[in-house]
Amino acid sequence: MKFDAPTGNNPIDRMTVIGKPTDRIDGKYKTTGTAPYAFEHNDDAPNAAYGYVVGAAIAKGRIASIDLAAAKAAPGVLAIVTADTAGKLAKGNFNTAKLLGGPEVDHYHQAIAVVVADTFEQARAAANLIRVDYARAKGRYDLAEALKTAPLKGDSSGEGSAAPPIDKVGDFAGAFASAPVKLDATYTTPDHSHVMMEPHATIASWEGDQLTLWTANQMIDWGKGDVAKTLGIPKEKVRLIAPYVGGGFGGKLFVRSDAIMAALGARAAKRPVKVALTRPMSINNTTHRPATVQRIRIGADRTGKITAIAHESGSGDLPGGGPETAVSQTKLLYAGANRLTSMRLAVLDLPEGNAMRAPGEAPGLMALEVAMDEMAEKLGMDPVEFRVVNDTQVDPEKPDRKFSQRQLVKCLRDGAERFGWSARNAKPGSVRDGQWLIGMGVAAAFRNNLLMKSAARVRLDQAGVVTVETDMTDIGTGTYTIIAQTAAEMLGVPVEGVVVKLGDSSFPVSAGSGGQWGGNSSTAGVYAACMKMREQVAQRLGFNATDVEFVGGQVRSGNRTVALAEAAKAGALSAEDVMEYGDELQKQQQQSTFGGHFVEVAVNAYTGETRIRRMLAVCAAGRILNPKAARNQVIGGMTMGAGAALMEDLAVDKRFGFFVNHDLAGYEVPVHADIPHQEVIFLDEADPMSSPMKAKGVGELGICGVGAAVANAVYNATGVRVREYPITLDKYLDRLPQVA
Amino acid sequence: MKPFSYERATTPAEAAAAAVRHPGAKFIAGGTNLLDLMKLEIETPQHLVDVGTLKLDRIEKTANGGLRIGALVTNTDLAADQRVRRDYGVLSRAIVAGASGQLRNKATTAGNLLQRTRCPYFYDTNQACNKRKPGSGCAAIGGFSRQLAVMGVSDACIATYPGDMAVAMRVLDASVETVNSTGQSRVIPIADFHRLPGNTPHIETALAPGELITAVTLPKPIGGTHIYRKVRDRASYAFALVSVAAVIQKDGSGRVAVGGVAHKPWRVEAAEAAMPQGSKAVAARLMAGAQPTRDNQFKVPLVERTLAAALAEVRATA
Repeated sequence: MKFDAPTGNNPIDRMTVIGKPTDRIDGKYKTTGTAPYAFEHNDDAPNAAYGYVVGAAIAKGRIASIDLAAAKAAPGVLAIVTADTAGKLAKGNFNTAKLLGGPEVDHYHQAIAVVVADTFEQARAAANLIRVDYARAKGRYDLAEALKTAPLKGDSSGEGSAAPPIDKVGDFAGAFASAPVKLDATYTTPDHSHVMMEPHATIASWEGDQLTLWTANQMIDWGKGDVAKTLGIPKEKVRLIAPYVGGGFGGKLFVRSDAIMAALGARAAKRPVKVALTRPMSINNTTHRPATVQRIRIGADRTGKITAIAHESGSGDLPGGGPETAVSQTKLLYAGANRLTSMRLAVLDLPEGNAMRAPGEAPGLMALEVAMDEMAEKLGMDPVEFRVVNDTQVDPEKPDRKFSQRQLVKCLRDGAERFGWSARNAKPGSVRDGQWLIGMGVAAAFRNNLLMKSAARVRLDQAGVVTVETDMTDIGTGTYTIIAQTAAEMLGVPVEGVVVKLGDSSFPVSAGSGGQWGGNSSTAGVYAACMKMREQVAQRLGFNATDVEFVGGQVRSGNRTVALAEAAKAGALSAEDVMEYGDELQKQQQQSTFGGHFVEVAVNAYTGETRIRRMLAVCAAGRILNPKAARNQVIGGMTMGAGAALMEDLAVDKRFGFFVNHDLAGYEVPVHADIPHQEVIFLDEADPMSSPMKAKGVGELGICGVGAAVANAVYNATGVRVREYPITLDKYLDRLPQVA
Repeated sequence: MKPFSYERATTPAEAAAAAVRHPGAKFIAGGTNLLDLMKLEIETPQHLVDVGTLKLDRIEKTANGGLRIGALVTNTDLAADQRVRRDYGVLSRAIVAGASGQLRNKATTAGNLLQRTRCPYFYDTNQACNKRKPGSGCAAIGGFSRQLAVMGVSDACIATYPGDMAVAMRVLDASVETVNSTGQSRVIPIADFHRLPGNTPHIETALAPGELITAVTLPKPIGGTHIYRKVRDRASYAFALVSVAAVIQKDGSGRVAVGGVAHKPWRVEAAEAAMPQGSKAVAARLMAGAQPTRDNQFKVPLVERTLAAALAEVRATA
């Protein structure tokens, strides 16, 4: 099915199942430990041996010599694979650095060997017996230093944010110079790690030349392709299975060393092999959100109308990598005739930078939305009003291009009302509660909506049970549930009457989970397959397909009603289709999602500790397919945004080139005690430009802008502006109001 | 984890003797720190002496009106003990400020005293660390040192003692009771129990090889208002940037010990004379001679401000 015109009324609009807060189908399996994650498919791959990955101890250089003798002789060891014995390996399409290093080392903890043994403990003990001599080479680890000579570089995150190397509209320099009110400020965001609950893990099993991987991966078809490419085997010889994935946040978009090392280890040991990256290993071995340095200039007239806006971002990556697209949202979020965006990319020899939840917008809004707060203060305007004044209903770079839906103003206005924003004291540092300074902050949320081709197969058996198969993944997002709701709505059966099978590369290729495209795109694919199924059912039952209704387990037309199951009496039915999108609709109109974040914080006047007291998000993101699952996503994003604002920071050792705090004791993410009451409101919206589902992404919108709202609240509480994230007390202790 | 042998001791003296018989042996009780370190091969004992079933899990009154806390009393039980909560509130508060409920259920009093530093370079076996591998150097000096020590540091080590419980014990003038392989007991004042790193940062306490902690005793209650104020980047389950244990009397006199700043709980008794003059005067003496790095220089003013917060809390509750 091709989606190339705005959708009209369709069976989803009934919203008898869609739009309901249905409990997650996978919830009971996860909470009772019966949902098998990658490492747990013990019945599917019995007698698996254990692989332990050895990471490079240097960031850049080469392996001068490697001594495996002691490890090979250690108890239980079945095989050791290094670059010397792995055979020819290619680099995957989605990898910047090779997944198996040696003799060249590209980054710290790059895999250089896998040791396979009968038990995990034996493999780990043997791995520690491997002796490696390195010849260190000089590396580049200091972003600020490297940016001094870094070239301009455009890119797309592949996840919805994109920008050319430099983009100019009007005369920014002239307009900024003549603006009566202006801001020129630089903000920095640090490297972030996904640290999802389930680590990267894979079980690999070979049958002849056929490889099966039970693996933790968000994008089954990308993964299948990159496993085949890396190992130099035909794609059809690879099968990936990932029915349950314990979080990803972009860290599992790509094949990582666990999968390749498991495959190589299993080939060498002639047994299934399971590999999980340990937490201390995963942070430098896998990908991370790159640090940024962002300069923002805004000029406005005295009424608060922006006349000039510039956003320039710099980030770094390994050779061949890409920039963090942190300026992307600034091209679309606010009006202003004179504009400039640019990105620079420095070469760094730190681990590979790549997508993490809302790549581009998440760090970009952490800067832009603080700049907006600073500008509002300079203008003497309320920060909500300043944003409202600069709202635009068209793409500010191409004014003939409208937004398909844009309710940013309503998000902000409703949020302000709900949050009690009018009680905010505009004078910073003026509200006290005992030892605590209290402040409120606001920020806009913005995230583009992406449409991805997605296929599904729907079956109907003689008992009337509907089964949906697609290689789509559920990474904790609620995919199982919204797909079941979609099929139930389309075929007029209860949710319980739908069986959903996901995450198997033998199923039709879906959109996968990334870039907040998964919910809308994968259900649109199911919609397409269900439309075909409806035709088949109608034909079998002798109905005219155009006026038939599917409701209550029955098929109806005029005054004739037949049970749906009847259609399969003569044999089960199967229908497969793919939803595809032309470029035309997206060229005509800009599709984005919007929100307003409101945060209240308390900052201890003595110690500078910041504790969040309240959070509210008001979101406008198309039709909400399942408000419970969507709320869960936004709350997760808000929590992650709180972490980015207040604590998350991969500390770079600029001498040795690695992230020092590479475990969960050193890399702090919020705990329950950090997160107060969170409220999420979805505005009523349906976007006929997005798909027949009229839905959009919401999983990444939730993190967009949160960090800035926290930062703005800290400023309102203390009067101290911190432009370097995270906002930890050491950065402003000496500027806090004097106490005692 | 390297292969190791294991035995379960039946008496404290036997445990100590077993540890001496096996060079490089370690005692294990709750194992909340040791097992992690063994998995990373930071600790590589060839023999474990399990002391977990020794009858050292009671809290009892001492003859002079204090409390004797068995070495195996769990953190949860110690923090919840009525007498501790009433008479030694700073200890109860320090314990619940540390770790998580699950860890406190398992962690023991003696084990808590012996927990090892959380310096990230100590934890990364690719990096030089004099504590982990004597003579290999210290990668933390000149590296990422935000969490590390500002007081009593040496050219060999800038690690901190990471715990909370011991900071409260230091302010309470606790004593550590031990037994050795010949069955002899001795008492080590808590002030002398943890050592500064000097040239031997791998030697962290006054314990001799094989010497086993049997109890911690607290002197009779000293009254006053008990405060434990732990400052950290997140609200729970994080090691202190700095922590302040204070017992303040009605007349304004008091005691203070500080965590997160040195290789041991940090207390300077002479500084306490300035308590009635306020936090600035106390902190100036307490933190005199600080040698911070660029990353952790904030700890020096933070100690003063945290003490000020504690004193303000005392005033507010008075």
